[in-house]
This record gives sequence, C-alpha cells and structure tokens, in this order.
Amino acid sequence: MNGSAATELLIEPGRTERNYWKDLWRYRELFYFLSWRDILVRYKQTVFGVAWAVVRPFLTMVVFTIVFSRVARLHSDPSVPYPLLVMAGMLPWQFFASSLSESSNSLTLNSNLISKVYFPRLIVPASSVITSFVDFTITLVLMAIMMAWYHFVPDWRLLCLPLFIAVSLGASFGAGLWLAALNVEYRDFRYIIPFVVQFGLYVSPVGFSTSVIPLKWRLLYSLNPVVGVIDGFRWAIFRGHSVLWWPGLIVSMVVTVAMCASGIWYFRKMERTFADVI
Amino acid sequence: MKRLLSGLEAKPFRGRIPYTMPGPIITVEGLGKKYQIDHQAERGRYKTLRETVTEKARRTFGAWRSSRPGGLPSHGSSRPTSEEFWALRDVSFQVNRGEVVGIIGRNGAGKSTLLKILSRITEPTTGRVHIRGRVASLLEVGTGFHPELTGRENIFLNGAILGMSKAEIRRKFDEIVAFAEVEKFLDTPVKRYSSGMYVRLAFAVAAHLEPEILIIDEVLAVGDTEFQKKCLGKMKDVAGHGRTVLFVSHNLDAIAAMCQNAIYLDKGRIVDSGEAKHTLRRYMNNTDSDIAQYGAIWRRPSEGAGIQMVHAEQYGAITDTIVCGEEFAISVEIDLSPDCVNHEIGFGFIDEDGRDILHANNKHLHQELQWPRQGRKVVKITLPFLNWIGSDHVYLVVYFGSIGDRYEIFERILKLRLIKKFPHGQCDRIVEQKNNIYIDGVEFIEWNASYTS
Repeated sequence: MNGSAATELLIEPGRTERNYWKDLWRYRELFYFLSWRDILVRYKQTVFGVAWAVVRPFLTMVVFTIVFSRVARLHSDPSVPYPLLVMAGMLPWQFFASSLSESSNSLTLNSNLISKVYFPRLIVPASSVITSFVDFTITLVLMAIMMAWYHFVPDWRLLCLPLFIAVSLGASFGAGLWLAALNVEYRDFRYIIPFVVQFGLYVSPVGFSTSVIPLKWRLLYSLNPVVGVIDGFRWAIFRGHSVLWWPGLIVSMVVTVAMCASGIWYFRKMERTFADVI
Repeated sequence: MKRLLSGLEAKPFRGRIPYTMPGPIITVEGLGKKYQIDHQAERGRYKTLRETVTEKARRTFGAWRSSRPGGLPSHGSSRPTSEEFWALRDVSFQVNRGEVVGIIGRNGAGKSTLLKILSRITEPTTGRVHIRGRVASLLEVGTGFHPELTGRENIFLNGAILGMSKAEIRRKFDEIVAFAEVEKFLDTPVKRYSSGMYVRLAFAVAAHLEPEILIIDEVLAVGDTEFQKKCLGKMKDVAGHGRTVLFVSHNLDAIAAMCQNAIYLDKGRIVDSGEAKHTLRRYMNNTDSDIAQYGAIWRRPSEGAGIQMVHAEQYGAITDTIVCGEEFAISVEIDLSPDCVNHEIGFGFIDEDGRDILHANNKHLHQELQWPRQGRKVVKITLPFLNWIGSDHVYLVVYFGSIGDRYEIFERILKLRLIKKFPHGQCDRIVEQKNNIYIDGVEFIEWNASYTS
C-alpha cells in the first residue's frame, strides 16, 4: 500500500509547486490521450478519414507550385526542383503555424477540464503541439516519397535534420505557451492568430529561398525563428545546394530558447488563475 | 525522532514523512478565497487587450492632464468597476484518515470553492492546506467526455483525465462496463446515448478510482432513483475500505447515511462542524427560505386555557424535522383551568391527505398522568421512533380535553419534515388497525410529564 513515499502536499497562495515537474511525469499519459482524442475526433464521421492527413499538405504544395513557380516566377535555384523547395519550407512552417493556432485555443477549448479536474496545465498546449507534430511526420513521409519520385537523394547532411526538428519543436512550444496563456486572459488573441499565421506564411521563406533577402536585413530577418528552421531543413535535405547562413541559424536558435524559457515562466505564473478566469 | 520511527517499517528516510505517521490526513488552516467581481456592464464580455491598453493609456493621460494648471478634469469614471468577493473566509478544520465528512450549506456558501482548492484547481488567497495522500476529485460527472468518441474511447479518455493509468483502466475496463450497463453500446458515439446511459457511464469510470482521498461534489444530483441508489452503494463501498471521503451534497439523506462528521458552511465561513447528526440539525433549523411552511413551535393563537404551546424535539433540540428511526418527542404545554377533572391528552400524525398514520392518547394506553389542580403543565411524549411513511412530511394533531371544559383538537398545527435514515432506520409503512394502534417495532409509548408552573 505504501509503495512510493507518502504524497505530501502543501497548498498555499503563491507557492510554486515543487511537485509540478513530478506531476508532469505522473500525468505523462495524458499528453498522449489528449492528442489521441484530438486526432480521433478530427477524422470521425469523415469519408476520407485519415487520408486527409496526406491529401491536405499535398494539395497545398501543388497550389504553391503553380502560384509561386509558374505564375510569380520566384524560383531562384534551378538545381532543386521547386516543389521540393516549397515542401521543405512548408513542412516546418505548417507545423509551426498549426501549433500556434491549436495551442492558443487549447486552454479555452478545454475550459471544462481546466475548471473541474487537476492536472498540470502545461499538458494542454503541449498536446496540441504533439497533434501538429503527428501531422508533421505524415507530411515528412510524403516529402520522402516526393524526393524518391524526383530521384533526389540527400547526403550526410540529412543527419542534422533532427536538430532542426528540435528547434522547430521548441519554437512551436514556446510560442504556443505564450499564446495559450495570453488567450485565457485576453480573448483578442483568438482573432490575432489567424492574421499572424497568414502574414507569416508570406513573410517566412516558404515560397522562396532566404537568399532572396538582402544581406544587411538577414540578421533582423532571422529573428523569426522559422527562418532558421526552414534554412536548416533545406540545407539538410538538398545536399548543400541550399546555403545555410550560420549566423541566422544561431539567432533563430537563441530566439527559440528564449521563447521556450519565457513561455514556460509566463505560463506557470498565470496558471494559478486559469480556473478562475477561463 | 527515534521514538516516532521505532515500530515503523525500515524504509530509507528520504526526507519525507513516512506514510504511517499519525495525524490528520487533511489539515486546513485559515483558508480564504477572494474573487474580483468585474462589473461587466462597464466592459465587454471578456477582457480584451484593446481595453486594457486603452484603460492604461487613459489613466496615464488623465492623470497628466489633471495635474497641469488649468488642465481638463479627468473624465475617468470614479465608480469602481470591480469589487472583492470572499467566497471563503477563515476556514479551518481537520479530517482524519478514514473519515467520511459531509459538507453542507446553501447554494453560494462556498462548498464548491473549498473543494476546488482542495483539488488544486484554484489557488487560495489566504491560509494553507496540508494533505497527506493522493487525492482524486469528482467535481462533475463526465468531465472530458467527447460526444464524437465511442463509449470505449471515452472510458479511456475520462479515466486518464481523472488520473488513472492506461494499464489500470484496461484492468478495470470490464468492471466499469458492467457497472454502467452499456455493454451493447460500447462502440457507438456517446452523443447517441440517452442521458441516463451517459451519466451511468461517466459515474462508472469515476467510481473505480482508488485514491486515498476522494472528493465528491454533488454528483448524485443526476440520474434516476435506481441509479442514485447504486451510486450511493458504491460510494459507501469505497468509504468502507478505509478511504477518506469528502462529500458535498444537498441530499441530506445521503449525508446522514454516509457521513460520520459534517461541516456546515454559510457565506464562506464555517458555522458548525462535528457529528453529522448535530450539524445537519443545525443546518435544517437555519434554512428557512424554502421551508417557510414548516414550523418548529406552535403557539395558541387565541386566549384561553388548554394547549398553549407545542413543539417537536429530537436530539435534545427543538426542531421541525424528524429523522425517522430515531427517538423523538412532542412537548405540549397546557394551561389548566381550575376545577376540571379527567384530563385527556392525545396526539396524532396525519399525512398530506389527512390519513391517519398514528395516534394515541393517555387513555388508550392506560397510563395516568399527574395533573395539578391548575396552572401550567408540560407533557412530553417520547416515542422511540417514527417510521418512514413514504412522504417527506407529516402533520401533527394534538388534542386536549377534560370533563368540565372544552375538548379541543388542533389539527395540522405543526408540519414536520421527515428524513430517512438508512440503513438503520425502518423503511416500512406503519401498519394501523382501526382504532387500535399497532406500530411496527414500537414496544411502548412512554409518557413523561414534567411540571412547570
């Protein structure tokens, strides 16, 4: 009966819970269950079901290719097939954007859970990020198939891909936490996010390569963490045809770490008022 | 330290107090919770960034403007847009391991806020809580249920949300399904369930939690009687295994049946706490809004001799509520006019339709009382218990007469609320025979007369 050491709990105003991180581990299965629920619900009562997870990114890529390559002629590097270029940019961007959108609403959508059950609230936006990550991996597989179709084989640089995936995870999580916590207090963010995502899609180097940006603006441009991530993805996949500008990557990584740390701090600070405000 | 540790299991003392340490499992000291009430007429439905920014700007500019000589008066509204509301104030109590404690009070007394604080859903403003054990809270039935998911999927989801691991849920899956009686519908989306099925399934998952401390908030308010009985049974089962239970309910029968102790909250403060019976009594005497027709004391409306005052008593206190199965008394104060003889006093209980439930008088029972020649006399009729009659109230009838005087019958002078106390109380209807009284299980009626002048 007394397996673990006795759970002793002290509840006081303003007390940061030392048990919080232990609790996160204890409730680790909830990460899985909440994402599982979101994914299941998405495809219930649909005709195509899980096929949508593949069809959506594929269609977006097709549209992008038609619009940006044929119409706007933004294609800069002939050695890399444009669709692949777009895909490599779209992959992390899609992940970032959907994480942002889902996280920012995650707390308010789960308000019934937040006001009635205890669990570490960090799990809620984290599970939205996980759900988006699942989509990301599906699209990654799609990309691998596309590369096979174009007979484009990557080299050793591909091994660095996990690093860039980690950065994109960090950026999504950090930004997601900020927005999730802010949205509980200020409901405007619900309307701001779609706009930011739309704007970001054109500002970030998804439809074009970073080499288009003049050098003197590059550093400022790299403050957008997605820039470093997309550059990294392209560098890792395209056998060096895509140049990676290291200062930019460093800046993006620093911004990501700052966002993550500050996101966790702000979220934990506001967490104790969630149940009262939501 | 050595003395404390001796006799306990030899475990590495990792800086944590060993499980078998004596002491209350929950200690609450000076707990308070304050809310800011926003007057939402002043602003939109939700707080928006725009408003906060303009508000701050207005304040800065307003202050700057009015400080300038001949500046414009600040037009900021002086009326406060928010005020404080203390949902809980200075609440302190202790709960020992294995106790079942009921928390009662009117709506808005702060019961749910207390539970939320104990469940770590919201933070207290003042005070502290010390809990020694794993807590599981059931504040709402079906938390986390998603209408699109099937019953099977929702069992897993709900179980995980309540804190069960996947392995645990799998282990108890069949029991949960059996309790809920939804075997046939496990694989249909929950949105197709009837409300009864929904509630059964939701409660079934929660009922199979195995924490050390269980906190339940009025979840028995849902479902039909059959289901409520089943839930109560299961909860008693849970409590019987030595678990500590904190139980909020408006169902006073359930509180009386399950809880040894109770805490009575009103307007955020503890009014009374202690043995459930007494606390319930206090609560029932205080709540007068919806029981305006119930009365505890009847006084004679007119002048004259005869019955002056009647009241019912139980557990040594005047009350308008009788717990079935427990001893209670009717006290009748009589003003005797001189020179009357042969007094007769009787009483009876009738139900809503005027049907006779029980009546007796001193002549029936061949007991004579001592009556003074004149003056006041208080007759206290003590009955071992009153059976549950299938209705939640009875009317008292009292009569008094004497030769040489009037014979007065006062019908329905007191409306007494009845509450069941099971399992110990009898729940059978009283069997009556014409003009003779047989009361199931009652061996005698004792007449106690005390003399006051």
